[in-house]
Amino acid sequence: MADPMKIRAAMLGDKVEVKVLMSHIMETGQRKDAKGASIPAHFIQNVTAVHNGKTVLSAQWGPAVSTNPFLSFRFKGGKAGEKVAITWTDNKGDKRTDEATISA
Amino acid sequence: MERAAVVRADNKDKGGNMLKPYLVAAVLLATAGAANAQNTQQEIERYRQMIADGNPAELYEAKGEGIWKQKRGPKQVSLEQCDLGLGAGVVKGVYAQLPRYFKDADRVMDLETRLVHCMVSLQGISEADAKRNPFSTADRTSDMESLVSFVTAESKGVKMNVSLSHQKEREMYQLGEKMFYFRGGPYDFSCATCHGEDAKRIRLQDLPNLTNAKDAQRAYTTWPAYRVSQSTVRTFQWRLFDCFRQQRFPALEFTSDASVALTTFLAKNANGGTLAAPALKR
Repeated sequence: MADPMKIRAAMLGDKVEVKVLMSHIMETGQRKDAKGASIPAHFIQNVTAVHNGKTVLSAQWGPAVSTNPFLSFRFKGGKAGEKVAITWTDNKGDKRTDEATISA
Repeated sequence: MERAAVVRADNKDKGGNMLKPYLVAAVLLATAGAANAQNTQQEIERYRQMIADGNPAELYEAKGEGIWKQKRGPKQVSLEQCDLGLGAGVVKGVYAQLPRYFKDADRVMDLETRLVHCMVSLQGISEADAKRNPFSTADRTSDMESLVSFVTAESKGVKMNVSLSHQKEREMYQLGEKMFYFRGGPYDFSCATCHGEDAKRIRLQDLPNLTNAKDAQRAYTTWPAYRVSQSTVRTFQWRLFDCFRQQRFPALEFTSDASVALTTFLAKNANGGTLAAPALKR
């Protein structure tokens, strides 16, 4: 089970600014361990953000994204008190969803 | 670039040829180098501000809080009754007053040493197990790094206030001071070799002069830190361990008196500085 994300969402003018920290190893598949064997790739492939049942962000990621990724984005139409849910899925099928309430 | 040019001028000097043009080139490059170094410094500062917003240390703080509250060890108790110096269970502000003398252990302890002590005395974990995994590697995480992140984050914004009121604290400080200036190892290095003068650097890393209060405060109050290049939070014990490695000193034993002494010396010299740890470093 993956560790929880850290999500902050706040109003910025008429938009909602969302900042997400994800806990993930983001292994590229290019590296080798001490014995010379390849370390298998393990990285987040899909990220989605849902607000009021509507997807406001959908991203496809690759192994070039750093360990413990940080994602920041803004969307229109949200209000303080509403919720934003972030979901990531990695190439091993592991999945995690966390939610945050939009602050004023 | 600056250094390469100078070295080349020296080499030619030995041969006696072409000294003049190379010297001119060296001077020109040195001037350009100074301007570049300044720009680079500004850019590094800008990069730090950009990444400061999303410090992954926060993930470790959350994880550490979980470990702090989790019932663990043979006695199945949490660390919540651990006394870090301000009373059992108090976490807020404790890091600003560590290392300090603890009567129950009759020893001066830094944060990591105290956490090990609590794991042993409260949770019944063996000392060897508690000390087994102080620094994470590529294939295993370290609970210690998470615990330290959680505790230090609770002292953010608090001013460093290490006291030397107890005789053993003074002894530790004096021992740490001695170690700071002690030259040894195959390179005949002391800590002061790199950290005893202003405006020194290794490659692009500015080295703090730990003998002046401003640098000492800035350095100490930004450890522990999430190291972007290592994808993990590094503790102050790790920082000293790595300094010893870079000096080619014998490996610094985790939570040894030597490590606590040096920490006491550096923490006390940072008194008055405002804690900003866990910070974010390259």
